[in-house]
Amino acid sequence: MASRRSVSVSLCASFLFAVGGCTQGGKAIQNTGSDTMVNLAQAWAEEYAKTHPDVMVQVNGGGSGVGIAALESGMVDIANSSRPMKPKERETAKAKTGKEPKETVAGFDALAVYVHKDNPMESISIEELAEIYGDGGESANWSDVGVKNGSPQDDEIIRVSRQSSSGTYVYFREAILGEKRDYKQGSRDMNGSNDVVELVGRTRGAIGYSGMAYKTDAVKYLKVSKKKGEPGILPAIATVLDKTYPIARPLYLYTLGEPEGHVKEYMDWILSTPGQAVIEKTGYVPLPKK
Amino acid sequence: MSRASREGRTDWRLLLEKAIEGLIFVSGISAILFVFSIFLFILLEGRGFFLTEFRFGEFFFSTEWVPEAAGKNRFGTLALVAGSAAVALLSMSIAVPFGLGAAVFLSEFCTPRIKETLKIVIELLAAIPSVVWGFIGITLINDSIQRATGVSPGTNILNGSIVLALMAVPIIVSIGEDALRAVPDSFREAALALGATRWQITYRVLFPAAKNGLLAAVLLGVGRAIGETIAVLMCTGHAVIMPFDGKFPYFHPLESARTLTATIAAEMGEAARDSSHYQALFVLGLMLFGITFVINLTADLAVRGIRKR
Repeated sequence: MASRRSVSVSLCASFLFAVGGCTQGGKAIQNTGSDTMVNLAQAWAEEYAKTHPDVMVQVNGGGSGVGIAALESGMVDIANSSRPMKPKERETAKAKTGKEPKETVAGFDALAVYVHKDNPMESISIEELAEIYGDGGESANWSDVGVKNGSPQDDEIIRVSRQSSSGTYVYFREAILGEKRDYKQGSRDMNGSNDVVELVGRTRGAIGYSGMAYKTDAVKYLKVSKKKGEPGILPAIATVLDKTYPIARPLYLYTLGEPEGHVKEYMDWILSTPGQAVIEKTGYVPLPKK
Repeated sequence: MSRASREGRTDWRLLLEKAIEGLIFVSGISAILFVFSIFLFILLEGRGFFLTEFRFGEFFFSTEWVPEAAGKNRFGTLALVAGSAAVALLSMSIAVPFGLGAAVFLSEFCTPRIKETLKIVIELLAAIPSVVWGFIGITLINDSIQRATGVSPGTNILNGSIVLALMAVPIIVSIGEDALRAVPDSFREAALALGATRWQITYRVLFPAAKNGLLAAVLLGVGRAIGETIAVLMCTGHAVIMPFDGKFPYFHPLESARTLTATIAAEMGEAARDSSHYQALFVLGLMLFGITFVINLTADLAVRGIRKR
């Protein structure tokens, strides 16, 4: 029994090596990183393959941290990240590869605030969100924010959040709670953008945040205003670009040094009209037109 | 055939024999090698945490797990350990009666034909991937719990425990049944001769005689419950909430919780490499390694106990 187990382990190991090894040679671009961006990156790769059949773009998810770690060791050409690289990560990359990571903003992602479709609330302010999500915040029930949400047992606000290492988690905290304040503990910390929307969709008392591209019929967007009393703004391409929607963040692509050759061509294509059209089609926000 | 050639062939065969022996020996040893190198790897990846952010009191007795805080990072594991323990305990309190009951039925009460069919079905149950169990948990069991208790959402300790119980039952049944079958028939015959009923034989004779094996069955089930990840991540709600507190009824199975395994699975992907968060996750792995090691060792010693008889 013991020996059988060890054989299967070594088989797994050799399989991994084979997968890692078969990416060499040819015009391949390795692209790994953020789970928020994985659908987008996949769509880019597919669209690009139509006009550039000789270039193979291989897209992997795993998380912003995974992508950056892979970039640091020179395993990938482009790392997708929904958060800026940390100074420590930049240092590691420089120490390991001798090259300075270069940051390119490819588009924007608006974080929508989702509630169950039957929740009567329409609009919420950043301050109210901070009272719900923030450490020491007072709002634990829907009645605390002046909403009568179905039966009394649905009055408790079920906070849906993301796992703490996700770029979305950090960005939403900074946008809502500022640099100093932490989240209130006890939120449901979901493992993906989709999972947040899915849980909110089947939980009457839930509130959650996730990319605006992930909306389903079971949930609705809340309008968000900067201050209480101001009119709320729905997340949309126009409102993100004119900066009236307050919770939007850049989507980053990182390369080691200036991109060259076919990687540069690919990056240029992403920033050009067809690449930006893909961003819009997948539910993200393209760069403002020059 | 001349004698020399026959001897030559024997030499060659002897060599092959030795080579195969060597190969088998290496395979056997490699399991040990793997365990130690995995342990060493986890320790090395996590060691930086002990030198920097590790504070004994906070690590073991604080319920605040905020590894990427806006202010000071906090690495309290109490709520995570309690979450793992709560899910394991509740799932075992569901799985043990069912598992041992099924084991007794299989080994003592049913006809050989039913037994064969049941064993196949139970093995099939063990073969269902855990992510499928997780899926059943967040759809079917989630809805049932919401309807039955009115809590929302239904992803909580109870949900995770039901799913884990379903996953642990096949293990408990098959090992429990082995243990009961290992009791010599002379025990049963002697009891029967004294006029004992079948039920009396079971709980007065078989249970005491097979107690080590049954204990091992339960402990392996516990090991499974502590180590299971993806189904638990999907079903328990994944919220850092203490399941035990001073308020009646002291244990809150309808609250969401978070386990050690789920925390590692959820956070490892995006944690910056070699950050204190990354290292802390490896230290969680070390804790988990320690817990499952103790459970498996106890189970092993218990099984050794029955073999000695």
